[in-house]
Amino acid sequence: MSLLEVRNLGVQFRTNDGLVYAVNGVSFALERGQTLGIVGESGSGKSQSVLAMMGLLDRNGSASGEALYAGQDLLAMRQDALNRIRGNRVAMVFQDPMSALNPYLTVERQMTEVLQFHKGMDRRSARARAVELLDAVKIPEAARCIGRYPHELSGGMRQRVMIAMALLCEPEVLIADEPTTALDVTVQAQILALLRELQRAFGTAIVLITHDLGVVAGLCDKVIVLYGGRVMEQGSAEHIFYRASHPYTLGLLGAIPRLDRDDAALLAIPGAPPNMALRPSGCPFAERCALADARCHQEMPALRLHDHASTEATPPALRACHRSAEQARAALAGGSAHA
Amino acid sequence: MPLWTRKSATDARRSANEALLGALVGAGEAALAGRSPWADARARFWRNRAAALSLCILVAVVLLCAVGPLLLPHAFDSADWDAMSLPPSLNNAHYFGTDDSGRDLLVRSLVGGRISLMVGMLATLASATLGIAWGATAGFLGGRADALMMRVVDMMYAVPYLLIAILMVTMLGREFYLVVVTITVFSWMDMARVVRGQTLSLRSREFIEAARALGVPTRRIIFGHVVPNLLGVVAVYTTVTVPGVILTESVLSFLGLGIQEPMTSWGVLIHDGANVMEISPWMLLFPAALLSVTLYCFNYIGDGLRDALDPKDV
Amino acid sequence: MGSYCLRRILATLPTLLVVVTVCYLMLHATPGGPFDDERKVSAVVLANLQAKYHLDQPMWKQYLYYLNNLLHGDLGASFRYADWSVNELVAKALPVSAAIGGGAIVLSLLIGVLLGSVAALRQNSAVDYLVMLMGNLGHAVPSFVIGPVLILVFAVWLRLLPAGGWDDFAPRYIVLPMALLVFINVATIGRVMRGSLIEVLHSNFIRTARAKGLPTRIIVLRHAMKPALLPVVSLIGPLAISSITSAVVTETVFSLPGLGKLIVNGAANRDYTLVLGLVVLVTVIAVGFNLLVDLAYAALDPKIRY
Repeated sequence: MSLLEVRNLGVQFRTNDGLVYAVNGVSFALERGQTLGIVGESGSGKSQSVLAMMGLLDRNGSASGEALYAGQDLLAMRQDALNRIRGNRVAMVFQDPMSALNPYLTVERQMTEVLQFHKGMDRRSARARAVELLDAVKIPEAARCIGRYPHELSGGMRQRVMIAMALLCEPEVLIADEPTTALDVTVQAQILALLRELQRAFGTAIVLITHDLGVVAGLCDKVIVLYGGRVMEQGSAEHIFYRASHPYTLGLLGAIPRLDRDDAALLAIPGAPPNMALRPSGCPFAERCALADARCHQEMPALRLHDHASTEATPPALRACHRSAEQARAALAGGSAHA
Repeated sequence: MPLWTRKSATDARRSANEALLGALVGAGEAALAGRSPWADARARFWRNRAAALSLCILVAVVLLCAVGPLLLPHAFDSADWDAMSLPPSLNNAHYFGTDDSGRDLLVRSLVGGRISLMVGMLATLASATLGIAWGATAGFLGGRADALMMRVVDMMYAVPYLLIAILMVTMLGREFYLVVVTITVFSWMDMARVVRGQTLSLRSREFIEAARALGVPTRRIIFGHVVPNLLGVVAVYTTVTVPGVILTESVLSFLGLGIQEPMTSWGVLIHDGANVMEISPWMLLFPAALLSVTLYCFNYIGDGLRDALDPKDV
Repeated sequence: MGSYCLRRILATLPTLLVVVTVCYLMLHATPGGPFDDERKVSAVVLANLQAKYHLDQPMWKQYLYYLNNLLHGDLGASFRYADWSVNELVAKALPVSAAIGGGAIVLSLLIGVLLGSVAALRQNSAVDYLVMLMGNLGHAVPSFVIGPVLILVFAVWLRLLPAGGWDDFAPRYIVLPMALLVFINVATIGRVMRGSLIEVLHSNFIRTARAKGLPTRIIVLRHAMKPALLPVVSLIGPLAISSITSAVVTETVFSLPGLGKLIVNGAANRDYTLVLGLVVLVTVIAVGFNLLVDLAYAALDPKIRY
């Protein structure tokens, strides 16, 4: 049994404009100590999928499918059962640490309450444990920092506090929703290195949400590429980076600026993300895809095993496209002078 | 501090050209859509049912107060000793009943309404004028003058207005115009604050700079650009000021310190009604209902106007 | 914190000075007033006025004497009552107003915060509609309408409570006036609290708290309350000031021997100096209260540091 297994996860929102399908048919499995990267543009549904798993959707949102943690379906759980798992066995780190931390409470209060509630610790031992964790995330003078308010810390430090706070109960799964997006580039690298180290030390499985493929490259074992709420391609990190065969993934990879080539122009994928209120019957990427035909617009491609993937490979490499892998790579290789 | 920041001539020309282009595009779009922002706001207002209904009710009340006493058989001050303290009835045309001197309450309510509404309008006019002048000047001048003028506004807010109003009425008397003056003194601050804020934000908008760079005379700028943008907030805050003013007059009159005999107003009527409400509750309830309905209507109209002119601000 | 307090106190002084001076000058300008030679007062009263206001001195000296008196807590002499100084009249009336007004503020804060919170947590429930309805009513319908209506219902028709009057802090005379004040205040406080708590509950840091698995009770009480209460705290100042206004009306409606009634009677009797003294007193209280509220706000919000 996998540590975290998600089957056909879907998220819908009831809005004034009708029902919005933010996420459709996301499935993956995560084992102990592995890292999964969920990649996509804004509006691709990547954040909403993990928010659904944690039971943090807005009032007008609802989730379908299953999200099994250690065999129990998080989506079907009652509030108090879910509360025992959240922050304890499955923890989450959010994007903007300034707004994600309570500005009216000290760091100590925000950290010790987790230990007090989940582990029944008393104030003093909780404080000691919190300082230990702050040290582990490399915050200088942890004992002084703990008495501060969030606005008295720098952005990087705040994010470290968030990570420390998430790791207090030694969770088995850590979900990080764009943990570095709001930070400077140099701090980004530090935080990612920190996550890698902590994973090695604590053995935590990590689900990393990001729009930045560079982040994924350094950290993830498996990758899911989302577009318009649907999975376009998924597989091992190696597969995605070296043997990608979906037009969208290839487009993303091609759009990464490279310093080692004399490229004249940056490849951009023309167009804009789709309006999620209109559920197209065909592939959501069809509008922007250079290889789309009439069938792509009408029929949703199924998520299938990659033609030449070894059936023994774990994780299995899947793609959802009507064009075959060779066609896609050939077309995009021929279309540009460098591939 | 200079009124506009001076940039180089090239900068001004560049931003002027951009502004011109922007204006042309905007005009083109408007021509296609065929509706000015005012027409848009009007449509939005009428779609707000509470506001639309309140406007109709308010107009009805105003008309009643203005015209009603002329159509009714009784005069507002004719005492009828045969008909003292009668409850409301249909037969002798005393639809609201009579007071303890036999005077018809309906007529008195409508005449009182005239006074209350008139005080409301006059005091609102005066305080709006004062507020706009104060706020626009403060916003225009900026810097120390602005800070000082706003300090005065803050001071006025800090003072419990009713007490000073009572003081003024005590010292100066209770003639009609003095009551209006007293009320005005405490009703201009909201308008001043809002107008100042709007003026400040307008000052730094590029289209003003562009207009100046293109050589548009200051007077044209003020009347062509600044004033139309102020009209919106002025309209909204006028509908906020009026009920406050009517309320102040009513409170003063209720305390016996406002409108004096032989004139009457809703506040006076409520005062009289409260005194005899154990035996003649209608004397309290009818004027109170009229006053409350009027205030309610102004509130809804004010909300409707605010939504209509700035729909993001929900 | 100390220097912040000092700075805020100093900032209030100009306001007080301006108010006092303006009122004083108005007093001088009043025809038939204490500074006018045409005044019609008894010899005893004249003697009192002479003693307190130094009427024979040049005006600027009179003004300084007046300020000096104020600083010593002397509010002046009554223009009508030879036997009472303003201070003595105030001493009899202040406890009444303080009891009802003070009690009403405390009660309305408690009830308002409670009702507003429940309304925010259970949106679209009965409590929610009640809070919205009260907010509307209390906002538009004036207190001098609600007051007599309360008397009509509870004293005249139901005969449960007296229609007014006072008997040395006997509870039955306190119920209706306080109910009126509380109703008006709760209307505003409830609405503000509800809106504020709803907004706070949508914050990112509340989402983090939920992600930590904390139960709703802890989230609301520990995480949401403090930021949600800030708008309510900043409301207390204006509320206290409008309570003073409401007190005048309430004491008139219910015939309570408080400061409000004193002012109204003084105005009706043209007791200029009494009204002046009371206005100065109440302004000082109002300004002082505002100051306290500012300081409380600064103490609550850790982002404000001096």
